[in-house]
Amino acid sequence: MIRASVMGAAGYLGGELLRLLVGHPEVEIVQAVSTRFPGRRVDSVHPNLRAQTDLVFSAADDLTGCDVLFLATPHRTTMTLLPGVRPRAGTVIDLSGDFRLPDTAVYERYYGVPHTAPGLLGEFVPGVPEMFRDELAKADLISVPGCMATAAILALRPLAGLVGQDVQIDARTGSSGSGAMAGDGNLHAERSGAMRVFAPVRHRHEAEVSRLTGLNARMTATGVEAVRGVQVVCHATGTADERTIRRVYREHYGDEPFVRIVAHRKGAHRLPDPKLLSGTNYCDVGFAVDGERITAIAALDNLVKGGAGAAVQCLNIRTGRPETLGLGFPGLHPV
Amino acid sequence: MSQTCPECEGPVELAEPVRLSEIAQCADCSSELEVVGLDPVALALAPEIEEDWGE
Repeated sequence: MIRASVMGAAGYLGGELLRLLVGHPEVEIVQAVSTRFPGRRVDSVHPNLRAQTDLVFSAADDLTGCDVLFLATPHRTTMTLLPGVRPRAGTVIDLSGDFRLPDTAVYERYYGVPHTAPGLLGEFVPGVPEMFRDELAKADLISVPGCMATAAILALRPLAGLVGQDVQIDARTGSSGSGAMAGDGNLHAERSGAMRVFAPVRHRHEAEVSRLTGLNARMTATGVEAVRGVQVVCHATGTADERTIRRVYREHYGDEPFVRIVAHRKGAHRLPDPKLLSGTNYCDVGFAVDGERITAIAALDNLVKGGAGAAVQCLNIRTGRPETLGLGFPGLHPV
Repeated sequence: MSQTCPECEGPVELAEPVRLSEIAQCADCSSELEVVGLDPVALALAPEIEEDWGE
C-alpha cells in the first residue's frame, strides 16, 4: 500500500484528492491536514465522503512521515511550506502554482511576489503524463499544472510546428476554480448568472502554456455559470488541413488513457464540453479548421484532470501502478 | 473487417458478411457511411435522408 497524506485537505482540490484516494485500491490515507479544521471530521467539510472515511483533519504541526505528500495549499504559501515538509515524504506532488515556472522572474511577474524557494524550482517535473511519463516515473518532486493550463497544453501541444507562434486562448471556468474561501466576488448574488472576464490579459496560466508548448500563448479567462469545468478555445493560424490535424492528434493521443479526440460531424456533442466530464479524469480535445484558421478546443473537470486526478495519475506512474488505477469513473449523462 | 473512414481516416469496423448499402458510423468523427462496393469493400459518406414527398 502507498501511504499518502494531503495538506490543504479542506479545500476543493484537497477534497477531490481525498475522494479519489479513498476509492484508490492501493492507497492508505495517513493524514488530511487542515489549518482551519484540525480535530474535525473530514466528512463534516466534504459531505460526499460520509460513510467513506472516518478521517479527522490533522494540524499542520502534526504532519508525520508518508510515502507521498500532496500539497493542495495556496499559491505563494506552498513555497514557504515545502522546505519544512519535504523531509517527511518520499515524493511530493504539488497542486499549487508555486513550482510550475522554473524562472523566478517569470514567477514574480505572474504571482506578484519573489519566490522564496528558488533553489527547488528546477527540481520539479511537470505533472503532465502525456509529456513527461518517463520523467514522472522517477520524480520525487512533481508540480501539477493549472486547470486551464492543462486543457490548453493538451489542446495545443500537438499543433506546435503546425501553427504560427502566436496563439490566443479563450478560457472559461466554473466557480470551484476560485477555491473554497468566501470572498466578495464569490457571493451567490454576484456570481450567479455572471460571465465575468476576470483576467482579460496576462492570466498566470499563459506562462505555463507557453513554457510547455513552445508557443507564445496569450490567455483571457472568464468565470461562467458552472461549479466544475474548464473549456479552452484556442485560436491559431496555419496551413495544415483537417486530416493532417486529426492525424497529429491521433499520433499524440491515440494511446493515452485520459485524452480523447472529440471532433464529430453529427450530434449534440460534437466538440469538447466540460459538462460531460464532471468527476472524470478525461480531457477531451477537438478542433475545427477553416482555411488558415485553426481552432483547438479542450475541456476537463478543473478539480480532476485539472488538479487532483492528474496528481493521482502521477502517483500511479511514480509508484509503478497502472496509470488508470482509482480513476475509472466514466462520467454522467445526463447531468 | 476493418475499413478506413473516407472522411477522417479513422478505423471503421464492419460486421461480416458485409452487405451493399449497409450503413456504418465512424466512431472518431461520427460520420454516417454507406458500403458502396464489395470487391473490394468501399465506403462513402451516406447521403442525408431525403424527403420523398410520399411517393
